[in-house]
Amino acid sequence: MKPILYVEGVNKIFGSHKEEALKLSKKGLSKNEILEKTGATCALLDVNLDVFPGETFVIIGLSGSGKSTLVRMFNRLNDPTHGKIFFKNQDLAQLNKEQLRNFRREKIAMVFQHFGLMSHRTVLRNVEYGLEIRGVGPELKKEKAMEMINLVGLTGFENSRIDQLSGGMKQRVGLARALANDPEVLLMDEPFSALDPLVKKDMQFELLKIQQKMKKTIVFITHDINEAFKLGDRVAIMKDGKVIQVDTPENMMANPADEYVTRFIEGADKTAIMSVKHVMITPTTIVFKDDGFNKVIREMRTNNVSSAYVVDEEMNFLGVVGLESAMRLKDKAATLMDLVEEVITIAPNQSVAEIIPLASQTRVPLAVVEDGKLVGIVSKASVLTLIANDVSVDHSDEELDSTLA
Amino acid sequence: MNWIYEFPFQLTIDTSAIDKGVRSFALTFDSVLRVIRQGLTTTLLTIYDLLTFIPWWVLVLIVIGLYFKQSKKIGMSLLYGGLLALIGFTGLWTLMLSTLSIVITAVILSVLFGFPFGLLLSLSERANKIMRPVLDTMQTMPVFVYLIPAMLLFGLGRVPAVMATVIYAIVPIIRLTNLGIRQVNHEIVEASRSFGATTIQTLIKVQIPQAFTTIMAGLNQTLMMAMAMVVTASMIGAPGLGMEVLISVNRIEVGRGLVSGTAIVIVAIILDRLSQGWVKPQTEEESL
Repeated sequence: MKPILYVEGVNKIFGSHKEEALKLSKKGLSKNEILEKTGATCALLDVNLDVFPGETFVIIGLSGSGKSTLVRMFNRLNDPTHGKIFFKNQDLAQLNKEQLRNFRREKIAMVFQHFGLMSHRTVLRNVEYGLEIRGVGPELKKEKAMEMINLVGLTGFENSRIDQLSGGMKQRVGLARALANDPEVLLMDEPFSALDPLVKKDMQFELLKIQQKMKKTIVFITHDINEAFKLGDRVAIMKDGKVIQVDTPENMMANPADEYVTRFIEGADKTAIMSVKHVMITPTTIVFKDDGFNKVIREMRTNNVSSAYVVDEEMNFLGVVGLESAMRLKDKAATLMDLVEEVITIAPNQSVAEIIPLASQTRVPLAVVEDGKLVGIVSKASVLTLIANDVSVDHSDEELDSTLA
Repeated sequence: MNWIYEFPFQLTIDTSAIDKGVRSFALTFDSVLRVIRQGLTTTLLTIYDLLTFIPWWVLVLIVIGLYFKQSKKIGMSLLYGGLLALIGFTGLWTLMLSTLSIVITAVILSVLFGFPFGLLLSLSERANKIMRPVLDTMQTMPVFVYLIPAMLLFGLGRVPAVMATVIYAIVPIIRLTNLGIRQVNHEIVEASRSFGATTIQTLIKVQIPQAFTTIMAGLNQTLMMAMAMVVTASMIGAPGLGMEVLISVNRIEVGRGLVSGTAIVIVAIILDRLSQGWVKPQTEEESL
């Protein structure tokens, strides 16, 4: 698949002595050393990225890592000092004024950390703004804007003033305004950072829901590792203007590129990122529905377990049979199927966090079933191990900063 | 050898050359100046005629109504109306209308030129840097200094008074327009640009409405400064309350000076209170 956004060797250096600063950075000097020697601030250094259509690409880093500078280059609110950024095959630096305006009007839209809403306009007129700039007629404009207001759950608030809304509602307006233009790429610069934790969760959920419907390419900026792992198909970690690692959340957890990444993801709630498929194991005791009782009992005894998973020839999961009931009823029941108990099953792509309540109640390891077939089991022990290993303290920015410094 | 306490040499500035320059300018551009003079005179007289056409009690009711609308305080509204009527009862009504016509004309001109100029300064860093000392000079230069060239270029009477008043009173509207636009939340402007708005679209749809309150504060100050200039401008023959004050000074008539001075204060207070109403933040529906 071809990337929709492609970043190639981008530097962004503020101040004079840009070339000198770049040379020093190639020699391996740190950002602060370069600032001291040349007075230039290296916001971005040799950034290479690609973002694919339809994915949610999260860029995470502490404040000052250059993530906001980077995201503003995708719609050219910032221009790189060196390097190129492509949208599909178009080099963004080559766009003239009018082409740039049209690019912004049609292809890309942005959601801002502090919402960027116009307090002199109503909710509806804010959402209409992008369409108004494009010159869309009044009826179509209103119709589209209302559609977006309904989509983000603000029905009935279209005539409210901005200062009458709560933070979460304001950002819904920001989201609706960005979506109203039907852009191919949605840039979100720390959109939920200014919201309180509960509202933040709601908004993350809302975004996932909307994304499922709209299938936009999203570039999402955050400093919250849980948010990054929750929303991101892929995550890029930035530090001091450099991209350290780009990977899926699961791979990043499994193979952190360096100490910095490891520290960063220590703060993450692993149960939310790890899915069932990462913790499931191959079931030890599988019996087929036509097996005789004695064979079933023997199976369980050799494996030293008290229950067995019953499948048919195609591995379709049928249920669980317990050792006790098998022994007690083996003379009375006609077939094994009479003894099979139905149990709750889970899917491999469910997050571990979701199955914690089930895992803590279950008598036998949970059966993982995909398309009706048994693919693995999850024991209470493996879930507990994951929780125990998870040093799930909430690292705030400052804490992380000081531990990493 | 005395250079420690005395300046070693003196520069002789040929002030007469400046005088000559202004005079020859007045002669060369006589036709242009005449058009300006005629235009201004017509405007002034139209506004004056309009004001005299309104019966005095209607004007008093308008003041009461406007102030009540914005403050909802009936007592204060009646007080301001009463004070205005008092000017009429002391026989200064026509002079006040004369003063008002000069002030209104000067404010209209100030907004007409000052507002766009303020916008220009907000958009260009260089223009802003160049103009800042110029604006400082315009505001701190003793106002009498403007009277001389105004008189030379436009003669005596209302027109040079308006010109001198504009130069003095235009500064706040320029300054606060500039400031207001610059103070608009950066993210809102960025948001507008990110949707592909042109500079003009962003200015009209976002920056000016967002800066509206500040710009109105500038207008209020411009109005007050124009009012303050009225007494000074009477020195070059502008009729009105200022002239009354000037005459009383010349004749050392304390009582007459106090009455006409009080009338000026009353007009100034009423204009200030009414224009304060614009400063209050307005929602879109109200401003439309």
